[in-house]
Amino acid sequence: MSHKTIAEIQEEIIDEFSLFDDWMQRYEYMIELGKSLPLIDPQYKLDDYLIKGCQSKVWVFAEMIEDELKFTADSDAIITKGIIALLIRVFSGQKPQDIIDAELSFIDQIGLKEHLSPTRANGLTSMIRQIKLYAVAYQTQKNHE
Amino acid sequence: MSSLLDIQSIRKDFPVLNRQVNGKPLVYFDNAATSQTPRQVIQSIIDYYENYNANIHRGVHTLSQEATEAYEKARHTLQTHLNAARPEEVILTSGTTHSINIVASGFASLLREGDELLVSAMEHHSNIVPWQMACEKSGAQLKVIPMNEKGELEMDEFDNLLSERTRLVFCNHVSNALGTINPIEEIITKAHAVGAAVLIDGAQAAPHFKVNVQQLDVDFYTLSAHKVCGPTGIGLLYGKRSWLEKLPPYQGGGEMIAEVSFEKTTYADLPHKFEAGTPNIAGGIAFGAAIDYMNQIGFEEIAAYEGELLAYATDQLKQIQGIEFIGEAKNKASVISFNLKGIHPYDVGSILDKLGIAVRTGHHCAQPVMQHFNVPGTVRASFAFYNTKKEIDIFVEGVKTAQRMLS
Repeated sequence: MSHKTIAEIQEEIIDEFSLFDDWMQRYEYMIELGKSLPLIDPQYKLDDYLIKGCQSKVWVFAEMIEDELKFTADSDAIITKGIIALLIRVFSGQKPQDIIDAELSFIDQIGLKEHLSPTRANGLTSMIRQIKLYAVAYQTQKNHE
Repeated sequence: MSSLLDIQSIRKDFPVLNRQVNGKPLVYFDNAATSQTPRQVIQSIIDYYENYNANIHRGVHTLSQEATEAYEKARHTLQTHLNAARPEEVILTSGTTHSINIVASGFASLLREGDELLVSAMEHHSNIVPWQMACEKSGAQLKVIPMNEKGELEMDEFDNLLSERTRLVFCNHVSNALGTINPIEEIITKAHAVGAAVLIDGAQAAPHFKVNVQQLDVDFYTLSAHKVCGPTGIGLLYGKRSWLEKLPPYQGGGEMIAEVSFEKTTYADLPHKFEAGTPNIAGGIAFGAAIDYMNQIGFEEIAAYEGELLAYATDQLKQIQGIEFIGEAKNKASVISFNLKGIHPYDVGSILDKLGIAVRTGHHCAQPVMQHFNVPGTVRASFAFYNTKKEIDIFVEGVKTAQRMLS
């Protein structure tokens, strides 16, 4: 996994989703993904790591393991969680600089962009910003070492 | 349909009801958030901009006079609708939130330490936060009238909370999150008995029934046009003249002054004292058109038909295993808040949207209500007189689909 670039993983996800005929299959897959997402370690499911949306909550925790950022996350809504699973697949195990430089295109291309609309207030856009912020923080730290 | 209303012909007045969402015919059940707009109201806005767009209350030219007349005619329509004693007791505002802020900020200067304000436990944030701000400024204390597990106010507790320290009681007529119709007659009578004023937030009541402010003897009553088939950005504050004269102006600016010099400014008479700046003229005119439209349909007919829709939808939803209703008050407007066991409301709303069904999900800007019921939010379906039982069938099937997919 970790050898694949962010762009490659996004392509992979787009390919997988192209197999589905309609929104229902896409959503059912997302819901399955949501159910299979490894839960965040309970010790990190704290308000410190909570992104509050008006609709649903998202928790994100990041740690640096040998130059790579590892993310775990959770949400109280299953569809949000499914999208989180995809985001983790794309970003977790990548180097901070690659995360900072990454362009996120797959969500739009697999037909889930409505979940990133500001009216959804589900914490996802904040989560993406948070992932990038973690990357910037670790990168800055690394530059100062 | 046993209704006296010709729903199919009413639906033709609402262009948006013809549209498709995600390839499906729109089922619009988010009426408690905003109602849809009939052609007659849209036309009143077009007429204004095409024929007599001008600033009002000044200007000797014809357009300005026509615009002023139309705007003041709308105020008269609203006055008649509420049975207010005088037109100047109807202040046109940007909506209920603005209306409440006028009263709350005015009271901030009248309140003192030791004074108490009573708020119901089922308020929208817009009827909580302005009062918290007033309390911070004045040192007055906010006390909460609790509700029971059905989502009804505990009136015994209200009796206990009322005292000679109570200055004001504020409460919604109908709860946006639960649909509960509150016993405002009793609240008003009892509050007045201890010398307290009463503000009723009527935003959620106005689409369902007509109120008579003189008969209610209410001190302040608020509503928003966009809940009664009017446009957004316009609403009203009804206030008894004696109270409106007592309250200081909310905003300074044009229109609200009598005379201005750098030494001293005197304020204009009601209603202009509270209407600083150029108002939402087209909005005001359209607000009047919307109230005319609804009165033509008839509020009694609307209430009867919506009651039918509520009963039908409740019965149909009850068949779904694992459904939990949030708010089961005996007296309810056509609003159903619910959750499916083990499923987050966001997920249900997302699936319903894919099926072309518009409902509201989340905390409905009433977080204390959600805390009371210990839920992160609810799915809320709210019905208007242009909805149909067939739409309810589509919706109930949609909820079942969501449940199947999400379980």
